[in-house]
Amino acid sequence: MPTTTISGRTLEVNEEGFLVHPDDWTEDLGVELARLIGIEMTEAHWVPIRFLRTDHAAMGETPTLRRVSTQTGIDVKTLFGLFPKKPAKKMAYVAGLPKPKGCV
Amino acid sequence: MTTTPPRLLVLGGGTAGTMVANKVHKVLPDWDVTLVDRDDVHDYQPGYLFMPFGMNTPEQVRRSKRRFIDPATRIVTGEVDRVDADGRRVVLEDGTVLDYDHLVIASGTTPRPDQTPGMLGEGWHKSVNEFYTFEGSLALRDNLAAFEGGRLVVHITELPFKCPVAPLEFTFLADDWLRQHGLRERTELVFVTPLDGAFTKPVASRELGHALEERHVTVETDFMVESVDQEAKVLRSYDEREVPYDLLVTVPLNMGADFVERSGLGDELNYVTVDKHTMQYLPQGDRPAHPEIFALGDAANLPTSKAGSVAHFSVEVFIDNLVQLAHGRPMTHSFDGHANCFVESGHGKALLLDFNYETEPLTGTFPVPGVGPLRLLKESRFNHLSKLAFRHIYWNALLPGRPLGLKPQMSMAGKHPEGPPAAMSASMREE
Repeated sequence: MPTTTISGRTLEVNEEGFLVHPDDWTEDLGVELARLIGIEMTEAHWVPIRFLRTDHAAMGETPTLRRVSTQTGIDVKTLFGLFPKKPAKKMAYVAGLPKPKGCV
Repeated sequence: MTTTPPRLLVLGGGTAGTMVANKVHKVLPDWDVTLVDRDDVHDYQPGYLFMPFGMNTPEQVRRSKRRFIDPATRIVTGEVDRVDADGRRVVLEDGTVLDYDHLVIASGTTPRPDQTPGMLGEGWHKSVNEFYTFEGSLALRDNLAAFEGGRLVVHITELPFKCPVAPLEFTFLADDWLRQHGLRERTELVFVTPLDGAFTKPVASRELGHALEERHVTVETDFMVESVDQEAKVLRSYDEREVPYDLLVTVPLNMGADFVERSGLGDELNYVTVDKHTMQYLPQGDRPAHPEIFALGDAANLPTSKAGSVAHFSVEVFIDNLVQLAHGRPMTHSFDGHANCFVESGHGKALLLDFNYETEPLTGTFPVPGVGPLRLLKESRFNHLSKLAFRHIYWNALLPGRPLGLKPQMSMAGKHPEGPPAAMSASMREE
């Protein structure tokens, strides 16, 4: 597994740069991960990211875009505005989680 | 002393529900089995892909449900209103109450064009088509026959949906059909997907991506549709891209039955949440446990393809476990997510994919290692003939519950793994 250094911490990541260990994540790290993909975190960004973290902890997998939208009440269009082009993938990246599976 | 036989209630008489009813009678002959369905129509759904191209006739695809269900099964016709899990009973819309000891939910998945703004409209089943219903597939046959060239767009709304390779197959078959009818040069064939490639699994995505390239199919990836504008004849995405069409063939959003949601047993798409190895109901959040409830086939939220092969293999595992439960023993059989899909590629050829939860589709031979005769992830005429022949196997062996000689567990024998060593872990666990 490749590693990367963010804010002075050495972290294990996969080929696409997603954290391998969700437990490595902190909110400070989330800010840095977001910055790496050109996103400045605001409170509006944190709402779905915090949901991703709690939902992953409860369900054992990364929620799909639809699940994020239905569970948080944030419509999909808004999520596209917050995390442009690939919201499902980008939210998972910032939250330090694997890409949502929903894709089979 | 008399004892009442255990009551098994099956909701849905499609592939999974029919197999369950028939197999239970073989292994637990004293059980009392009731099956509920809304109608008596059983379609061989892979035939929907072939009907638009005249490769299957409507008559070959449609049968009576009852004909395939063991006559020892009590069949109730009706719409399920809800499952009262705490009361161990199912209430139908007409007020009928059915009590059970064990419940199998096999109510499948349904295309829901109503969930995408603009998809249902005047152009529905005219310029906006689908091939996931009998009516839609027939309409598409006629609309294709009237097509004179232009932009033919094949589109996937969202995952998961039934038979994830079907839109690719449709694209390959359409390419072939257009050539045969002298229309290919007048047609731009476009494949629009919410995924970042042709398919979900890396090796298959690469192979199938090449197949699209070879056929000069334009691929639009990462496209999350927001609406269909039937007036302007365009698909619009959330990130404000537009894909114009003359003839649209879409795969609408798929959802499980509404009664699953009303019963509090489903996820956000109304799929029953289950343990992926036993198909036993797995409550989400603080919902109560109900170990007597199972979901099989497309109705379950298993993280693998919604496909007949998954229904088939998982039913076999379920039946083995049910016999153990019937004898008061713990369940020891585990479903590995095994799926086995033929992919029609046009020109009388097909590919074969074989995969499970852990291992993506690989190249190689099947089912006999090194021999085949089927070739994995490579086009061959024999694969195509096997896919066509499977319709007979489905009606005559699979539904009645006769053994097909295929093990439910996936095998790594005869396959050629590639990629990072992580992909090898599954082969280490082979029994």
